[in-house]
Amino acid sequence: MTLKEIVDKLGATVGLGADKLDREEEYCFASDLMSDVLTLKDTPVLVTGLCNVQTIRTCDMANLEVVIFVRGKRPTEDMVELADENDMILICTPYSMFKTCGILYGAGMKPLY
Amino acid sequence: MHQEYTVIEGDFVNAGKASSSVKKTLKQLNVNPQVVKRVVVALYEAEVNAIAHAYGGKVIVDIDADKIHMVVADKGPGIPDIALAMQEGYSTARPEVRDMGFGAGMGLPNMQKNVDKMNVTSEVGVGTTVEMEVNFN
Repeated sequence: MTLKEIVDKLGATVGLGADKLDREEEYCFASDLMSDVLTLKDTPVLVTGLCNVQTIRTCDMANLEVVIFVRGKRPTEDMVELADENDMILICTPYSMFKTCGILYGAGMKPLY
Repeated sequence: MHQEYTVIEGDFVNAGKASSSVKKTLKQLNVNPQVVKRVVVALYEAEVNAIAHAYGGKVIVDIDADKIHMVVADKGPGIPDIALAMQEGYSTARPEVRDMGFGAGMGLPNMQKNVDKMNVTSEVGVGTTVEMEVNFN
């Protein structure tokens, strides 16, 4: 699924990387626990309600490049700056974690485990 | 190549700066990306621990042609029972650490999984030193 389709399905806005929405993604992982993200061997789209600079740092360490923030959370300027340095894409949806995951799963995004 | 970084107690905004810098260096040296990920995940976990649990400390990194050696030495309360701390799920993290997405008792075990050699020494009331090594090949 392209990021453009994800953005449309989630009624989302793009916080960073609006020029990269043609990118295809297949796998998704949802967590507010960054320790869990650091155990991943793959590099899925991350769905999270944790919106702070450690979310971006963790993604940098784990080589994750696409983050969907749920429940209307918006990244701060510091987060966007750090994410930009790492060529990341930040997407913001007003939907809850549960609804976001349900929509993405129903649309064919795959789980890692 | 020798690099040193200072970590400051409670400075979550800068947690990961040392790991991020090491990542850039290893990428420039064309180290296998999967190995780079193992190194930086382990180092980042250790860095977060020093910031979250101790009163700050140092990250000392030595990069050779075939391996990286990392030491994260903190001044802090120390770990009374290292074997217990190594158990997945055991945590003494404060609520503010959990608010940052950490503190689930996964750090030390995850560090162990990502490195080739790891040694933890600790003295209660003095501090903890984590020494890790990852081979590039």
